[in-house]
Amino acid sequence: MSAQLEVGQVVGSRTVEVTRADLVHYAGASGDRNPIHWNERFAREVGLPGVIAHGMFTMGTAVGVVVDWLGDPGRVLEYGVRFTRPVEVPDPGVATVAITATVGAVDAEAGTARIDLTVESAGVKVLGRAQVLVRL
Amino acid sequence: MAIDAGYAGRVYPPTAPYLVGREHLRHFAAAVGATHPTHHDVEAARALGYADVVATPTFAVVIAQAAEAQLISDPAAGIDFSRVVHAEERFTHHRPIVAGDAIVTVLHVDSIVERAGLAMVTTRCELADADGAPVSTVVSTLAVRGADA
Repeated sequence: MSAQLEVGQVVGSRTVEVTRADLVHYAGASGDRNPIHWNERFAREVGLPGVIAHGMFTMGTAVGVVVDWLGDPGRVLEYGVRFTRPVEVPDPGVATVAITATVGAVDAEAGTARIDLTVESAGVKVLGRAQVLVRL
Repeated sequence: MAIDAGYAGRVYPPTAPYLVGREHLRHFAAAVGATHPTHHDVEAARALGYADVVATPTFAVVIAQAAEAQLISDPAAGIDFSRVVHAEERFTHHRPIVAGDAIVTVLHVDSIVERAGLAMVTTRCELADADGAPVSTVVSTLAVRGADA
């Protein structure tokens, strides 16, 4: 895996369709039951355009591409993101989230690499500076 | 009510142990679409040397957010949760979380910075196992809009 790793190389990509049901599932699994993630009326009352995905849902979903490439979740050493734009999830309908994982840097001596995630929905980046430090 | 910036620097006592269950790890993995076998199949996890199924890289947020509630749900801190937007999140994993772990968390309020009607609240959760060995560090920044923002 590491032998031929080059900066700029795409190591994985995935497109995920997100529905309100997915957000309810995440709310239950995570314990984050903030109504902005499932209640349209509440979301609008606090000034949002509608129901939005948990930032942590998007962050958690995006890194799966990297784990599948690594073949071992224990090789994810660090993972950080900025939540730059919300993912609006319509009803009826779906939001589409496109994830691409690219090699950002390789430290052969340390045996690590930085993987940069590009995560977009409706044509805009929803995560900023999404970087995963992995052990090769 | 304004946020009490005097909470910056506060360190909370260690939480009661959070027991990490196998079914919870599977449920969380399914909720984020994580299909790697080590998250679901005990034998696949053991084949890689883990004692049980392995948490996905962001599962630690479940434990961290439970600890952060000590600050967020404290009326005296003045954080109106309906005005909170998650701004940043960062995990540093000292080792992966596996089913069977009993995690004790110490919540640190690293900073509270107010500017232009927005308060940026940065917390750090230090997660450790039953032996006190570090497991994960979870740094979270919330942006809280002021009452007239």
